[in-house]
Formats: sequence, structure tokens, C-alpha cells
Amino acid sequence: MPLLEVSALSKRFGGFVALDGIDFAVAAGERVGLIGPNGSGKSTLVNCVCGTLANETGTVHFDGAAIDGLTTHERTRRGIARSFQLPRPFVTLTVADNLRVPLLYTVNARAGQTLTPAEVDARCAELLALVGLADKATRLPRDLTQVEMRKLELARAMAADPKLLMADESMAGLSHSEVDDIVGLLVRLNERGITIVLIEHIMRAVMQFSQRLVVLVSGKKIADGKPDAVIRDPEVERAYIGQ
Amino acid sequence: MRTRVFLPILIAAAALVFLGARLISNDYVFFAGYTVLQFVVLATAWNILGGYTGYVNFGSAAFFALGAYSTVFLHKLYPMPIPILIVVGGVVSGIVGLGMGYLTLRLRGAFFAIATLALAVVLQTLVVNWDYVGGSRGAYIIRPNEVALIGPYIQYLFVLMLALAVIALTTARGIERSQLGYGFATIRDDELAAEACGVPTLRLKLVATTLSGALMGMAGAPFPYYIGYLQPSSAFGLEYAVNSIAMPMIGGTTSWVGPLIGAILLGSLQQYVTVTISSSVNVLVVGALLILFVIIAPNGIVGLVQARLHARRK
Repeated sequence: MPLLEVSALSKRFGGFVALDGIDFAVAAGERVGLIGPNGSGKSTLVNCVCGTLANETGTVHFDGAAIDGLTTHERTRRGIARSFQLPRPFVTLTVADNLRVPLLYTVNARAGQTLTPAEVDARCAELLALVGLADKATRLPRDLTQVEMRKLELARAMAADPKLLMADESMAGLSHSEVDDIVGLLVRLNERGITIVLIEHIMRAVMQFSQRLVVLVSGKKIADGKPDAVIRDPEVERAYIGQ
Repeated sequence: MRTRVFLPILIAAAALVFLGARLISNDYVFFAGYTVLQFVVLATAWNILGGYTGYVNFGSAAFFALGAYSTVFLHKLYPMPIPILIVVGGVVSGIVGLGMGYLTLRLRGAFFAIATLALAVVLQTLVVNWDYVGGSRGAYIIRPNEVALIGPYIQYLFVLMLALAVIALTTARGIERSQLGYGFATIRDDELAAEACGVPTLRLKLVATTLSGALMGMAGAPFPYYIGYLQPSSAFGLEYAVNSIAMPMIGGTTSWVGPLIGAILLGSLQQYVTVTISSSVNVLVVGALLILFVIIAPNGIVGLVQARLHARRK
């Protein structure tokens, strides 16, 4: 049984069809790349899965249960975490406190899990060390560089102890070496058992990271398979390069 | 500092304030001090919703007036001691705060602020047309001259407002250092990201509107005994709405200290202006200071100090 299963999902914004009957499944432990031109519906799909937007038709199943009626925070508590296309840190909280929030509100809200304040501190320190921000723990997000901000975004998503991470354009605007840095980080997170869906435009990173590639164009899924095969698919080439 | 250490210190400070005021042996000190303390409670209550979660409430006067009119209602029905009336005022305003939250918290920014202002207008219209509590004519509350142990009644009211200020400040500080405080801060900073981190934003906003409303109602409950004659225009006065916003803004909205500093500074200044120039210049003083602070210190006095410390650390 897949960890995430999206069936016949549709979403409209007025007359614009953002998602048109999308079927999409992700197995536990998988690294999936989700690509498509601007306006293809990638972020809308992430928002529908995470509960930020309500889908009009279709269903979303996660970990064996339908989650369509759940709010975003309830889905996060079930194990779906996300990072945002543009980093959205809590600007008045320190870097460590940014991680404290999901630990207090998600991990502690799960049945049978209550972290002591010392355990919360330890988890924050561990995650900050994992993403290389240990020395920035007491700083405010405004003191971070662009790549550090992206790392904070991923660390905060990880702090919710998710089963699935939807990473929405985590590498936009980064340099070559910074992209490698983030890809390495995502691979390390996946090795810790987290299923990751990477939404990205930087093809080098997508190819380096993904075990499977899904392509959306105009709200429709046009390809789903091994990355090497998908990028040679004539329909995908047409969508990206034109006729 | 833990709450169990902070609270005794605050109580000791409050006791010193009371003893200091008694040493001056002038009743005006208690009249003026009551007003300043009332604004400490109102500003702290406003800040729980407006400062901590970022939802600007223009309807503070409505919650304050609800507390005051609960007292008038109960005074006519069955007179009770003021501490009980304070609890009742808090419960009534807290329930209205919860209801307002349910109706309006899907709105944000200016839309939420306008909705809270509308609540004040609706409630004032209801009170104006409710004869039992005096309607537009107003209601008289005859208060005793003296009270056992303390002496003059104004000193008793002063002590009650001092106690309310201690409760409000301890509540605000307790929130700030708790899981609830983190939740409120995330709502203020980014509601979408807060939900994505597992924060139940709607539930927390309802907690904030209820707490904030309850404290404002508690501040209003002894007011009829203070003023002696309560009419809608005094209970729903513009100065309550304006001061509740201006005081935290000037002091700083991210910490419990901000509304305290703002209320003491602005409240004392207003009392001084009332006595030396004119009571109608009050609102002008508030407006001028607000404009000044928005320009030179948009995060208030506390924000200014924090920014200096942050720059020094870097």
C-alpha cells in the first residue's frame, strides 16, 4: 500500500483548471521528483496534499486513511511536512525556537509522545547540527543567508518528525554548490527513513535526487517513471522544449 | 525567572505601590492611579490578541463596557461584592470574545479590525436601548464612602485594580514563556507556516480572543463604582479603544513589559495633561505620541532596546 495516494484530484481557480484528475502515488521510503513548467499545478498539488487548499474532486489517502477533511495542522500531525517555495520562517523567533514549534505542536501532540523540555532542546540541537546551523541557534532568521534559510525551512519540516516531506522548490535561487549541499541534505534525510517528494525546476538536482519522476503539464500528469526514461519521453520534451 | 518567583515579586511591587500612594495621603493619587492601572490591564489584555497573535482589535471599549454593564445589571438585580462582579464581568466578556472569535477570525488584517469595531457599535446600540441598565440616560451606582480594613472606597478600588494588573501581567508573562506563547508568535509571524508546523491556529486565536476579552471585561467591572454614574458614551468611550492600542504600540507589543511601560507612560502623561492643561487634550497627546513612535520606533520602546542589544551582540 502506498504511503500517499492521490486519486482523480481536481482543483480550479475560477475558470482556470489547476489540477485535472491527477492520480499520483508515493511508496514509503521513496524519493520522487515532481516537475513541470510554471503553472503546471505542482504547488497546487502540494497545497492540496498538505491541506492548504481544498480539492474539489478526488481523494487524498495518507498512511492508509482518507485525509480530505483534515486541516493542515492535523495532516502535519499525521506525518505530512512541507517546506515552502519562498522560505517562511517565524521571523520573531530564534532559529532554535523555529524548530521548537513543530516539536511542541506536532510531536508532543501525537498519542504517547511527550518530549520533556530537555528532550526538545536536544532534538533542536540535533536537527540544527544535521543541517549545519548549530552555530546559528540563537540568531533570528533575518541574520541567515539564503541557503541557510532554506536549510532552516527543511530542518523545521523535519522537526515535525514526518513520514513524508514535500519539499517545494527548496533550491530556487541557490548557487551550484549550494544546490549540491541541499541535495546532499535531502538524501541524508531520506536515509533516515523519510519519504520525500521534491518539487523542483533545477533538473540537475532533480536527476541527482529522484528515484522516480512525475511530470505535470497544465494540471495533468503526462509522465511517471524512471528519471532517465521520463526525460526522453517525447511528450515531456514537447512540454519543456516545444514542438 | 519562573512564574512562582515572578508572581511574589510582582505582588511585593504592587504592595509597595499601594503603600507609597498611602504615604502621599492624597485621594487624587488613588483616582489617577486607578486610571493608569486600568490602562495597564486594558493594554495588557489588548496585547494578548493584538501583540502576541497580530490581530488588531478596535473593539476594546466594547469588552470594557460589557464588564461595566454586567456590574450595573447585577447591582440592580442583586448587589454583590466587587470581586465577584469582576469575575462575572470577565466571564461575560470572555464568552463574547469567544463568540466574536468564531464569527470573525477567518478575517485578517483590516477586515478583522473593522469587524471588532462593528461589534462595539452593535453592543453600544443594544445598551443604549436597554432600559434596565439605564439605556441612554445612564445608571447611578451609589458606593459606600468607606470599606473595612482599607478605609476610603477609592483606595479599595485602587487595590482591586492593582490586583487585576498583577493578574493580567502574570497571565501575559506566563503565556509568553509557554507553548501557547510560541503558538501565538507563529500566528503573528506566518499563519500558513504555523499550520504547517502543526499549530492549531483557529483554536489558539479563540483562546486569545477569550482571554483578551475576559481581562478587558474584568477591568471594566469596577468602573461603575469608580465613576458613580455610567452612561454608554463613557463606557464605550473612544479613549479606551485608542489607548488600548496606543499603549502597547508605544511600549512594544512582543513582550508583557511593553504594554506596562506604555500604559504607565501614556496614562501618567494623560493624567498630568488633564490636570494642567485640559482633559480634551488627552487624545491629542496619544495621537501625537503614536505618530512619533510609528516613525522613530515602530516596535515600541521594548523593540528599540531589543534592536540595540541585538546590534551589540552581532
